[in-house]
Formats: sequence, structure tokens, C-alpha cells
Amino acid sequence: MIDKIFPGVAAALQDVRDGATVLIGGFGTAGIPGELIDGLIEQGARDLTVVNNNAGNGDHGLAALLKAGRVRKIICSFPRQADSQVFDALYRSGRVELELVPQGNLAERIRAAGAGIGAFFTPTGYGTELGKGKETREIDGRMYVLEYPIAGDLALIKAERADRWGNLVYRKAARNFGPIMAMAARHTVASVHEVVALGALDPEAIVTPGIFVQAVVQVPRTATQAGGFIQAA
Amino acid sequence: MTMTYTRRTKDQIAQRVAQDIYAGAYVNLGIGMPTAVANHLPRGIEVILQSENGILGMGPAPAPGSEDYDLINAGKQPVTLLPGGAFFHHADSFAMMRGGHLDICVLGAFQVSQKGDLANWHTGEPDAIPAVGGAMDLATGARQTWVMMDLLTKSGESKIVRECSYPLTGLACVKRVYTDLATLECGPQGLRLIDTVEGLSPDALQTLIGLPLRA
Repeated sequence: MIDKIFPGVAAALQDVRDGATVLIGGFGTAGIPGELIDGLIEQGARDLTVVNNNAGNGDHGLAALLKAGRVRKIICSFPRQADSQVFDALYRSGRVELELVPQGNLAERIRAAGAGIGAFFTPTGYGTELGKGKETREIDGRMYVLEYPIAGDLALIKAERADRWGNLVYRKAARNFGPIMAMAARHTVASVHEVVALGALDPEAIVTPGIFVQAVVQVPRTATQAGGFIQAA
Repeated sequence: MTMTYTRRTKDQIAQRVAQDIYAGAYVNLGIGMPTAVANHLPRGIEVILQSENGILGMGPAPAPGSEDYDLINAGKQPVTLLPGGAFFHHADSFAMMRGGHLDICVLGAFQVSQKGDLANWHTGEPDAIPAVGGAMDLATGARQTWVMMDLLTKSGESKIVRECSYPLTGLACVKRVYTDLATLECGPQGLRLIDTVEGLSPDALQTLIGLPLRA
């Protein structure tokens, strides 16, 4: 019997190695797998490369992982926020490396890893600092930049509901990076608020098919909290 | 003769942008100033707002007390979903831009060049932590990229320039610039004047910008 439901966060994260690349879902307040990030801090893996849209807010979640000194490098599109003080201090003192990626290129590079694409040409970033030094090509009169996939050893994502095969549905805009990160990692752990019987999820509405998910952990439902950006940049 | 004119307020610029948005358009409003355009969309037409974090059919802010922080816009403020709205993941969201499905995006800017180069993500100051978000994808991906900004910096220099001095977001991607003093089109032929605020002559505007303007 296939059963991807794990009894707790610690059991789902026991094999994370030092130096791993970890894809972490979430955009602003929505879709951040807080319990899984706390579990990763507890698990103790170091020297991590973290892929997330942002670089942590306040002093919890990704910011706490950074503060614990576990992150060597961050790949993200929008590190600077009103409450990104943990990242800001580490970055300014040279203790964390930053690879800044336009958000759509970030998403597509993750998707490419999950889809087995070796690299792709994208118009985004051409002629800018973020395209500098990269291979370019003119295709049908338009200029493109070559971008490579971003694969994860581990993905930590937040979904709403799962069954024991690991099929997932999400909640509203908390879906964001979840489905593509699930595809792009060798080991994907999803936290969910509800586990249902096989067959209870509408097969027409399953967003992430279980083949992309290796472990599911049920966590208590708490309202997603305000926070994140206090002010738009 | 002295000329008197009044600058458009942020809301009036938003109103001016909204006038040009047409029925059936799929539109992304960037964070900051462009968000206000949503408040002025013409009544009686349907316009579908996209949010980069996976929303089509985005509605206004919720009533106080009914905020849902799983339903936020790109600026991380709580929003609502209109009937017919849809959620999707990030790769699909940016495919909507890059794939040319999004009709219009409206962005803020530090500088726009006369041929439509855009600089809006980074001042290039050595101490600044760079952040780009979806700006480059939106600017190069949408069918039409419009900019909304004050024409002059606080020290009175034109933000419409011959060549951008700030780091670029995209090359030749801006089609129109809506400002507090005038609306202009930019492109391979340079600048073309669409309108100015009352009391500001095209010649006086040209002096402020310091670049040739076609009528």
C-alpha cells in the first residue's frame, strides 16, 4: 500500500543533507510552509542553497533559517522588503550569497527542472544587468537569454488537502510556487491542513498529481497571518 | 506671458490611464502607484485584472475584518476574487506575460528613455540591495507596457530621458508614459505628445523634457 502520509515533520525531513538545495514555496504571506521550515531548522542541515521568491520576513520562517546560519546562498526575485532585516544584515556583511532572478525566469527555471528541459531561451532580462554574461540568441527577430533549470534536492510546500497517494489541492493564491517546486525536487514534502480518503479529491480538480510528492504532513489549520510586505517597493 | 497649470494628482493620473483601458482587456497593475488605476476603470465595461502571484479576475480590497491572507495581490495586500476568477501557479502566471496573453501592464518607473527603454527596479546605488520581482517579465512580456510616474524628479530633472542612466528593466518595451504633466508615446521614432495638462504648452513641455516631441 502506498502511503505518503508521515506522522510528523521530523520524520519527513530526516534525510536532508548539508549542502542541499531546498525549494521553499510561498509568496508574501500565502503558501509559506512555516511548520516545515521550523522542522528544517530543527533537523540541522547546514550550508543550504534556498530558492524562494523572497528572502524571509520578520524573524520567523525563512528569516529564522537564515538567522540560524544554515543558508549559504539564496536564489530569489525580491529579497528587499520592509521587514527583511535578517537577510539584509547577512547580505551586507557578506555572510550569504544572493542570486537575483526575475520572477518569471525563476518560475520557468524551476518548471524546466521538473520537466526535464536542459535550458531555455527567454526574453526576460535581455539587455539588463541580470542577463549580463549569459548566452543570447536572436530568434525570429527577437533577442533572448539562455537560462538553466533550478532543481531541488528537497521542496517544502504548503497545500490545502491531500490523499495518501500525495495528490494535492491548494487554497487560493497560496498555490503560487507549490506545483512547480513539487515537480522540480527529488524529495517533495507538502504540509496540508486536511488528509482525505483516496478518491475523495475530484480527479478533475487535482492540481499536483501525487507522482510529484514524496511526503505529506498534516498540520493544524491556522489563519494565514498578515505581514510580509508592509509597504510596496 | 506667464503660464499657469496644475499638475495631475496621483488619482488623476490613474484616472487618465484608466480612460485608455478598453473592454475585455487583461491587465496587470504593478505595485505602488499603478494599483490606483483599479479604482477608476470605466463603468459598464469588463476588464480582467491579473496578479502575478496567480490570480485572474482580481477584485477590490475586502471589507475590514474579512481579509484572507491566502488571497493577496503582488504588493501583498489582501484582495478579493470576482465571480469567474481563477487561481493558477507561478509558471502559468508568467506564461501569461511572456506568451503575449496579457494586453496591458502598467508600471511605475525611475526613468523611461525616448525609445521606450525602462528603468524601474534598481537605483544602482552601491549599498542598495537589488530586488526585481516580476518587473522584467511584465515589461517585456505584456503586449503593451504603460508607465505611470511624475514627469520630473524632486530636483526638477525629467524622468523621460535620451538614455536611461539607472539599470535597465527592459529594452524598447514602454509604449506610453502617463505623467502628472502630460501623456506621451515613446518608441523607435522617439517621443510623441498625446496630451498635456491645461495651461502647459507643448513648447513649455518640450523645454522641461529637453527632447524633441512630435505632435
